Amino acid sequence: MAKKSKPEIKQVSYAKWGYIFIAPFFIAFLIFQLIPLAQTIYYSFFEYYRSGLTIIGPNPVGFDNYKALFDSDFLKYAGNTIILWLAGFIPQIVISLILAAWFTDVRLKIRGKQFFKVVIYMPNLIMASAFAMLFFALFSENGPVNASLVSMGILDKPFRFLASVSGTRGLVALMNFLMWFGNTTILLMAAVMGINPALFEAAELDGCSPRQTFFRITLPMIRPILVYVLITSMIGGLQMFDVPQILTNGKGSPDRTVTTLIMFLNNHLYSKNYGMAGAISVILFIICAILCLLVYFNLNPTEDDKKIRKRDRFKPRKEALNG
Amino acid sequence: MDKKPSHVRTVIAYVVLIILTFLCLFFFYILVINCTRSHQQIQAGFSFLPGKSFAQNFNNVIHDAKLPVLSGIKNSLIVSACCAALATYFSALTAYGLYAYDFKLKKPAFIFIMLILVMPTQVSAMGFINVITKMGMINTLYPLILPSVAAPAVFYFMYSYMQSTLPLELIEAARIDGCNEFKTFNRIVLPIMKPAIAVQAIFAFVQNWNNYFIPALVLQENSKRTLPILIAMLRSADFLKFDMGKVYMLITIAIVPIIIVYIALSRYIVAGVALGGVKE
Amino acid sequence: MKKTWKALMSFALIAAMVFGLSACGSKGGDEGTADAGEAGKVLNIWCWNDEFQTRFNDYYPEVAEVAEDGSTTTLKDGTVVNWIIEPNEGNNYQTKLDEALLSQESADTDSKVDMFLVEADYARKYTNSDATMNVADLPGVLDATADQYDYTKEVVSDADGNVKGVSWQACPGLIAYRRSIAKEVLGTDDPEAVQEALADWDKFAETAQKMSDAGYKMLSGYDDTFRPFYNNDAAPFVEDGKTLNIDKNIMDWVAMTKDYTDKGWNNKTSLWSAEWAADQGKDAKVFCIPACTWEIDFTLTGNADPDGTQDPAQSAWGDYAVCVGPVSWCWGGTWITAATGTDNADLIADIMIKMTTDADILNKIATEKGDFVNSKSVIADLAANYEGNSFLGGQNHYALLSDSAAGLSLKIASAYDQGVIEKMQNAMKDYFDGNVDLDGAKANFETSIKEIYPEIETVNWPE
Repeated sequence: MAKKSKPEIKQVSYAKWGYIFIAPFFIAFLIFQLIPLAQTIYYSFFEYYRSGLTIIGPNPVGFDNYKALFDSDFLKYAGNTIILWLAGFIPQIVISLILAAWFTDVRLKIRGKQFFKVVIYMPNLIMASAFAMLFFALFSENGPVNASLVSMGILDKPFRFLASVSGTRGLVALMNFLMWFGNTTILLMAAVMGINPALFEAAELDGCSPRQTFFRITLPMIRPILVYVLITSMIGGLQMFDVPQILTNGKGSPDRTVTTLIMFLNNHLYSKNYGMAGAISVILFIICAILCLLVYFNLNPTEDDKKIRKRDRFKPRKEALNG
Repeated sequence: MDKKPSHVRTVIAYVVLIILTFLCLFFFYILVINCTRSHQQIQAGFSFLPGKSFAQNFNNVIHDAKLPVLSGIKNSLIVSACCAALATYFSALTAYGLYAYDFKLKKPAFIFIMLILVMPTQVSAMGFINVITKMGMINTLYPLILPSVAAPAVFYFMYSYMQSTLPLELIEAARIDGCNEFKTFNRIVLPIMKPAIAVQAIFAFVQNWNNYFIPALVLQENSKRTLPILIAMLRSADFLKFDMGKVYMLITIAIVPIIIVYIALSRYIVAGVALGGVKE
Repeated sequence: MKKTWKALMSFALIAAMVFGLSACGSKGGDEGTADAGEAGKVLNIWCWNDEFQTRFNDYYPEVAEVAEDGSTTTLKDGTVVNWIIEPNEGNNYQTKLDEALLSQESADTDSKVDMFLVEADYARKYTNSDATMNVADLPGVLDATADQYDYTKEVVSDADGNVKGVSWQACPGLIAYRRSIAKEVLGTDDPEAVQEALADWDKFAETAQKMSDAGYKMLSGYDDTFRPFYNNDAAPFVEDGKTLNIDKNIMDWVAMTKDYTDKGWNNKTSLWSAEWAADQGKDAKVFCIPACTWEIDFTLTGNADPDGTQDPAQSAWGDYAVCVGPVSWCWGGTWITAATGTDNADLIADIMIKMTTDADILNKIATEKGDFVNSKSVIADLAANYEGNSFLGGQNHYALLSDSAAGLSLKIASAYDQGVIEKMQNAMKDYFDGNVDLDGAKANFETSIKEIYPEIETVNWPE
């Protein structure tokens, strides 16, 4: 990015540099997100698809695509997405809270904290598609998991995980849980460590049990970050695609119960049905926009305590980075 | 009275942690074992001991034109590295622009970025494909790389980091020394931002290394495909899945480099997550 | 003033980005085409698996060298053949091919599609379009195909009767069974006697009961018997481009498969899956698999003998035999078509002639790969003189099939078959697995059909 510096102006106004520095971001955003978004919304009101080698449309059809969407199984896929997300998220947040409480509890001396932290975060870095393919291979009918269960006498014949609704959903939830609980734990730990230690000391002096400390002090104090985790996880859940797509080979089977909204979108994108794909996208956009607003207000509660909170949150962070 | 429950709790904590550790590691253990075993051994049943077919499986994977693993690795590396570089540099630049300067649109710009902080790219995927097709960028790596210039989450991280580490006086001092604004940013601000850039570069790299949805829509040709698409092909192509040794080997190739890098840098990464706040 | 400046600046930024783009371009450019350009002509062949590729590399006389990784084949005159292989499933091959064909005009000569292969399941989509060349326009090809089976031309003819593609194989279906299991349960492994036991679907079921009693499964999976039913449909799935008519035969397949599943007569696998493949191996407890002639080489041999030992003691090699089974049917086939806009028409004509009409080459394909080749005279010769296929325990399956092949038909093929069949098998799998009832499966089928074929408005089920 070569840019020539403008001739120096004596009366220095640096404002233009602000614009220059933020310009690439906004240009890239305009080209790769905003214009596409506008197009997506625009085409959602058109009939526009491929039939064989012929392109049909674009013909304006008003809200027909949206009607078709709700007439078809859109709500079912929304339900699937929520179920799959919750099935992974509930254990994730529970385990993460427990682990965060344990790891930060001075009375509980856990050795090898660093080791555990490293291990539980690891699945988060795994390529979701490779992870799903791995699970597919491991949990297939002749796979190692079934083979072990049968040889240990737990099952008398292989369980067909991917032919059963709860089996398939369970696998997706398990994968999502494994991929995200480490991340959440570490986030919550950071939040807990940001709480003033004097509070915990006072609680201990007052004879609070660990449970009381947890529910009366820890939990209320980390509420903002909990909300943040919840909302970002919801958005992550809305985006759920790689794992169910590859685990079920894009079929979302059995009985389309593992078809998520993005898989549904992908099906239409794949067959180049731009009208329907646009309509799905618009609905997803509206949901995401609401969630984005929630994140915004969560991160920027009010002008006054915004600054204080940010400074506070950053203290442990910097040390962690340098240490 | 106080000690006993704590003792019990410690035991429970260890048990839970060991179970979770087992869950996290066991699958990778099977993966690593199975990529050293031949298709027949894998079909015959599970074993806790590695086999001797590692080289064989590796060769089979590398020399299969239908599954161009080497070019897949190359493409994935190009995309991930470029994304990491662009995302961190331009996010730092944007954050600096909003942090160090005062201008009319400063506040709206900041609010705008905060609003789109967690907006997923999937919602505009349809228009995205359309736009890049018109720009002639379909089936190239650019549409996977260039959008990284606008990475709101990375921006937010950089901005928060600047707030806590970058005194405005420093910039004033640089100006007095005759640095122009770009030099100030490149020579003075960037070095200060190094820890933040390193952390975010790792995350951006991993995120793009693992990205599947958009690349699968953009990349049409075998020679352009990235690793996640090749993995997906393993699942769908009937002519590929007859050799489970190859399947496990390709998964290993996709996963293990990241794990090695992770273990080497785990201290910084785990610390980075704690600071990050923003989920990818 | 400020505004102009801002506009200038953003222009500079865009310019910088475009510059960055083109700079990147030289790095990320496709080296493959550059190399090929120097060496001479390039022939791009699109296909969905390596079936044609192996035959081409093994038998096309002009082949000089095959790249180590198999991605290209160099011919004696320096032409480089690029193999573009896209998996079929989920209409993936068609989608990618459509993309390439739609940009055929703007593509430069070395990246144009020259030749592409099609299956019966969607051949009509391409042969009814301008994307494929008329075979009559390729020098000498039409004359050379006089000895081919008529149905192989019928499938790839457009509305005006122009032939648009050629094939080296005819694809009569048969039932491949395990000799050892037949001996144990039926008392004989003689193909004629076994044919008696499988002569119609009632007898097929009786035999299945016997297999079940003896601890064997009749079939491996749900989809195995789909083609024998489907191929005998009365009419194509889609005729007017808007209505999808499901034939009663399909529902018979559903009913039969559900019945077999409930009785435990099959192993609940799906086509091409690892479990399905394993059911064809030595230790499998599955009696038979309805298979097409091309499957013998393409999957059956490999699944029965994964190590390639050809040793009956270590594999199921020699333990298979074939008979016609309850109905006569055929499954697909692979057609070679020339893409409109190709700059290599002469070469394509030569490939078509050599690979689909040359008696010596076809004879080799038949004896070495087990294909039922597309030449009446070669098949007649093989029926009389072939000493037998060692994988099939020395059976001469050409003698068995030479009569029925003349009567094969693919009249029911439509442009939509691949998607319809795949979605039907997917949807019904849930029904067989007990996850949904029949109505639920039908509803799921309709949903997925409208996803891939938005133009389909109604789906009619038989009473």
